[in-house]
Amino acid sequence: MAADSHSLTATEYIVHHLGHWQTEKQKSIIDFSVVNIDTVFFSIACLVLGLLLLRAAAKRATSGVPGRFQAFVEMMVEMVEEQSRSIVHGDRRFIAPLALTVFVWIALMNAIDLIPVDLFPKIASWIGWYAAGVPEHDVYLRPLPTADLNGTLGMALGVLILMLWYGIKIKGVGGFVHELFCAPFGSHPAFWLFNFLLNLIEYAAKTVSLGMRLFGNMFAGELIFFLIALMGGALALNATGLSMAALHVIAGTVWLLFHILIVLLQAFIFMMLTLVYIGQAHEGH
Amino acid sequence: MSINATLFIQLIVFFIGAYVTMKFIWPPLIAALEERQKKIADGLAAAERGRADLAAAEKRAQDADREAKARVQELIAQGEKRATALVEEAKDAARTEAERIMAAARAEVEQEVQRARQQLRDQVAALAVAGAERILKREVDPRAHAQMLADLKQEL
Repeated sequence: MAADSHSLTATEYIVHHLGHWQTEKQKSIIDFSVVNIDTVFFSIACLVLGLLLLRAAAKRATSGVPGRFQAFVEMMVEMVEEQSRSIVHGDRRFIAPLALTVFVWIALMNAIDLIPVDLFPKIASWIGWYAAGVPEHDVYLRPLPTADLNGTLGMALGVLILMLWYGIKIKGVGGFVHELFCAPFGSHPAFWLFNFLLNLIEYAAKTVSLGMRLFGNMFAGELIFFLIALMGGALALNATGLSMAALHVIAGTVWLLFHILIVLLQAFIFMMLTLVYIGQAHEGH
Repeated sequence: MSINATLFIQLIVFFIGAYVTMKFIWPPLIAALEERQKKIADGLAAAERGRADLAAAEKRAQDADREAKARVQELIAQGEKRATALVEEAKDAARTEAERIMAAARAEVEQEVQRARQQLRDQVAALAVAGAERILKREVDPRAHAQMLADLKQEL
């Protein structure tokens, strides 16, 4: 696995794979002066790829008999349109396209998890070594943006902003504030504080759970791919080594197939929850 | 698992992506979908209309068929009637003709008889004169006795 002289221990291998390519090494848990370059790069790449594919279909869209690609894109559009229509009652000119973007984007980002875990870090290490002379153990790259809490929470934060925006837009500032203090327990002044706290908790819980759900699923999936890759790393010309390699093939295949489901399911869940949360902002208590 | 500024970059990217989709991707796709939906609906309506037209045309054809058959029946009946009338007419004409011919024949026969009778009268008169001449052995003046002979002829 490692190009340099000493071979990595399992812990070192996994820790190395969990490290981000950052503008500088992050010291504390929260530090807003640091950026994860790999997350930004791969999420923008996925977004651009997804938008280009959709744009290609949109440009050639005709009302005649659609080709396979157009039919596929139209199927997604129709699914999103159907869901958004049934969940959000109001102006959907921005919400429906947003849901489509979220679905396609997250599905593509999640799909990076299906690429062998060592491929992108290895390429990065070669570039790092031959272009800048950086040794492999100092080159960090995590290509899966949805296994980065920043990536998923960033999107969930976007959904929170939209929830607040539509809440105020539909109910007006007064109505929105009134609802903050008077729902769900009632408008008696004694309940105002409880109502407000509960609403704050609700918004926070929605946002955090939305981001955490996707992050948790993809992080766990990625970690299991690391562990499976470790078995292949134990390949040696003895019974244990060979059986570990065989197990890598079997477990890797099984997990890969199962993960295809998770990739799409999590993208779908994120899209649906985005719609549900924004839809709730449209309805009064 | 640490939070950093990537969060905000991702947030911005999120909105840019949604905006791009709203501006350049969603409208043409939805327009195409809706237009196709309309086309299909129109096509189905047209098919329905066609089916109705076909049914109406079939009904019209049946009516025309029935009418034509009735007309044919009528024509046949008329023809038969006419044929019978013609036969009757021909029979009448034949009968009249036959009667005429028979009448003519009868008249001719009558004439013949008259003529024969006339001849016979003349001959009998001549014979009577000859007989009388012979009996009387003398010349009878036909001119003097013409009136007498004519009277005699009338009595025959």
